[in-house]
Amino acid sequence: MKKRLKEGQKATGAEIVCEALLREGTDIIFGYPGGAIMPVYDALLKYPQLHHILVRHEQGAAHAAEGFARVTGKPGVCLVTSGPGATNLVTGLADAMMDSVPIVCISGQVISSLIGNDAFQETDVVGVTAMVTKHNYLVIKPEEIAETIKEAFHLARTGRPGPVMIDIAKDAQQGITSFSYSKEITLPGYRPTITGNPKQVKRAAEIINKSLKPFILAGHGILISHAEKELAALAEKSHIPVATTLHGISSIPRDHRCYVGMLGMHGNLSPNKCTNEADVIIALGMRFDDRVTGKISGYARRAKVIHIDIDPAELNKNVPAEVPIVGDVKHVLQQLNPLISKADHKDWFVRFKEYDKLEFEKVIKNEVYPKTGQIKMGEVIRRLSEETKGQAIVVADVGQNQMFAARYYDFKVADSFITSGGLGTMGFALPAGAGAKIGRPNQEVWVITGDGGFQMKIQEMATIFQENINLKIAILNNNYLGMVRQWQHLFFDKKYSEVFLRNPNFIKLSEGFGIPAEKVDKRNNILPAIKRARKHKGPYLIEFVVETEANVFPMMPAGAAVDEIRLE
Amino acid sequence: MNIKNNLSTLIVSVQNRPGVLFRIAGLIRRRRFNIESLTVSHTENPQLSRFTILVRGDKETVEKMSKQLYRIVEVLKVSDPKDVEIVAKELALIKVSIKKDGSRVEITNIANHFRARVVNVNPEYMILEVTGNEEKIDAFYENTRKFGIIEFVRTGRTALFK
Repeated sequence: MKKRLKEGQKATGAEIVCEALLREGTDIIFGYPGGAIMPVYDALLKYPQLHHILVRHEQGAAHAAEGFARVTGKPGVCLVTSGPGATNLVTGLADAMMDSVPIVCISGQVISSLIGNDAFQETDVVGVTAMVTKHNYLVIKPEEIAETIKEAFHLARTGRPGPVMIDIAKDAQQGITSFSYSKEITLPGYRPTITGNPKQVKRAAEIINKSLKPFILAGHGILISHAEKELAALAEKSHIPVATTLHGISSIPRDHRCYVGMLGMHGNLSPNKCTNEADVIIALGMRFDDRVTGKISGYARRAKVIHIDIDPAELNKNVPAEVPIVGDVKHVLQQLNPLISKADHKDWFVRFKEYDKLEFEKVIKNEVYPKTGQIKMGEVIRRLSEETKGQAIVVADVGQNQMFAARYYDFKVADSFITSGGLGTMGFALPAGAGAKIGRPNQEVWVITGDGGFQMKIQEMATIFQENINLKIAILNNNYLGMVRQWQHLFFDKKYSEVFLRNPNFIKLSEGFGIPAEKVDKRNNILPAIKRARKHKGPYLIEFVVETEANVFPMMPAGAAVDEIRLE
Repeated sequence: MNIKNNLSTLIVSVQNRPGVLFRIAGLIRRRRFNIESLTVSHTENPQLSRFTILVRGDKETVEKMSKQLYRIVEVLKVSDPKDVEIVAKELALIKVSIKKDGSRVEITNIANHFRARVVNVNPEYMILEVTGNEEKIDAFYENTRKFGIIEFVRTGRTALFK
C-alpha cells in the first residue's frame, strides 16, 4: 500500500514528513533510526515510494546525500535521530556548506516539553548546526512541518545551494493536524539575484574584448547552474584559455581545445604560472580559495578581475574585482556571450603549451608512464581513465589520492568528479560514491581513496553490500597518510610524525563485508584488475599497493605565490 | 561612516523569527568582526526586529560584514548610513559617589551642563542618566570620574534615519 495525502486530510506529523518529501521529488533517503525519530520511521513503512538506505553511521548518510545531490542536482535527504544522531551529521553539514551542496537533513528531537532539560539524547541541534548550515529550524508543532520542509528544500536548492537542517520534536511527529502543502513560501529576506547587472556585463565585455591575454577560471558554479555550454561558447568565441578549480573539474571536457588545466596548490603548471601573466581574469562561479590563490599579494598581478558569482559575499572577499557581477553564472554568460567579439589568442596559448611541456617532462611522464619501480598512483588513475574512456564518475577522497585523481583522470562528462574540496573531509569518498551511484545507477562510478581515508568510513562497506550498490572501489595503499607525510618530508625536515599506518588486510576485510576484492602489486596487473572490476556485476574492491613515499607535484608551498609553484 | 574614529553604524532589519539574534552574533564572532555595540528591539512592525550595530573597521570591513549579514535568511535589509543621515543616540547610567564634601553640588553642575538627569540619590551616591552620542557620554564619564564611579553602564548606539 502506497500512502499519499490529499490537501486538508488529517495526518500525523510523521506522515506529513513523508508526504512533504515526496512532494519535493525525493525518492531516496539516507538515514539511521533512533528513539526520537521513530514515528517517522514508522510512517516510512506506509511510504515504500521513499527508498531508505540504511547507512552505518550518520556522517556516512550526509556524505552519501552529498554524492547523490552532486550527480542528480536534487537535494540529498538524510534522516537521523536526536543527540548523537544529529551531532554525527555535523561534519557532513560542514562539508556540504563549504562545497555548496544541497542537502536537507531531518533529525528527531526529544519531546518539546523536555527540550532544554538535558533529556536523554537531547542536543541543541539548531545551536550546534547554525554555523555549518545555510539555514536551520526547530519544529515543535505538527502544523509547522509541511511549510518548514517546503521552505528547507527551496533554500537548499536555490541561490548558492547548501545544507538545511530541520530538527523535529517527537511530539510534533506524533501530533495530528490537517495536511496542507499549497501555501506559498514567504522569505522576504531571501531573493537570490539571477540576472547580472547589464551595465556591469557590458563593462566586462568591453574589458574582455580589449584584452590580449584573457583567462577563464571555471568553478563549481558552472556545474551547479549547468552553464557548461555557455562556458564552452565563451571560450570558443573569443579563443580564451579555460582552467578549472578542483570543483570546476568536468565543467569543460579535458580534451577541449581551450582547456589548459587545473588551478591550485597541486594543479597544473601552466594555469598557475599564467595567472600572473594574464591581463584579464574571468572568474566564473568560483571563490578564490586560498588553495587556488596562494599568497594573495602575489596573485593575478597584472590582471583586471571580472568575478561572476551568485553569492555577493564572495565578491571582493579574497581578490578585489574590477567588475564584480552578482548572478547565476548561466544567466550572466547568456547575457555576456553576445557582447563578446571573436578573437584569436594563439600566441597566448603558446605560453601555456610551453609550461605544459615542462610539466610533462619533469612530472607527468614518469608519473603516468613509469617503466620500473613501485606502482605510481598517477599511472593507476591514468589506466583507469583510458580504460573507462573518461566517462566514469570519479569520487575521490582527500589527500594525495584526491590530487592524483584530479590530475590524471581525463574527465569528459559534466558532474563526473566529486570530492570534498573545501572542508577536506577524509572518509568522504566511500559514502559519497555510494550516493553518487544511487543517483546515477546507469553510469560507472569509481571511488578513489587512500588507506587512511578508507578506514575513516569503512563501515559504509556494509551499506554498499546490503544495497548491492554496483560501486568500484580503488584503494591507493601507500601505508602512509601520504599528504601529511609529504608535508613532513618537505617542510618538517623529513621528520615523520604519526603518519605510518600498519594496515589491516583490506582484501579479507572487503570479503568480510561480502564484497569481492583483489590486491594489485605489479604494474602489468593494473589494467587486468580494472577490467575484472568493471566486468563484475556488483561492488568490487581493488587494493593497489603503490609507491610508499611519493610526492604530488607540482606544488605551491603554503604561503608562496601562484607563480612560485614548484615542479620538484 | 565616521572616518575620524573608524566607526560605522549598520542598521539591520530582520524578520522576527527565533534564532536570528544567535545567527547574527555567531556571524560576528565567526568572521571576527570588531563591534563596539549591538542593540536589538522591536519596531513599528511587529514582524520585524531591528539591530543597530556599531562596527569598527574600514570601508571594506563594513562592506564584507554587510554582505555576510545578507546571507542570513531572516535579514531583510542592511544599511550603512553616513553619520549625517541618521539620528543616533545612546543612553548611559552612572552611579557616582558623593561621600566627599561638595561633590553633590559639583556633580549636579556637571550633570546640568550635559543635560544629564538625576534619577536616584542617597547619602552614599547618586545615579545619573545621560543620553547622546558616544563622545558626549565619554566626556561625561571623564568629568565625573574624579568623584569615584561605583557603577557605569551604557546601552550602545541606537539610530533612526532622518
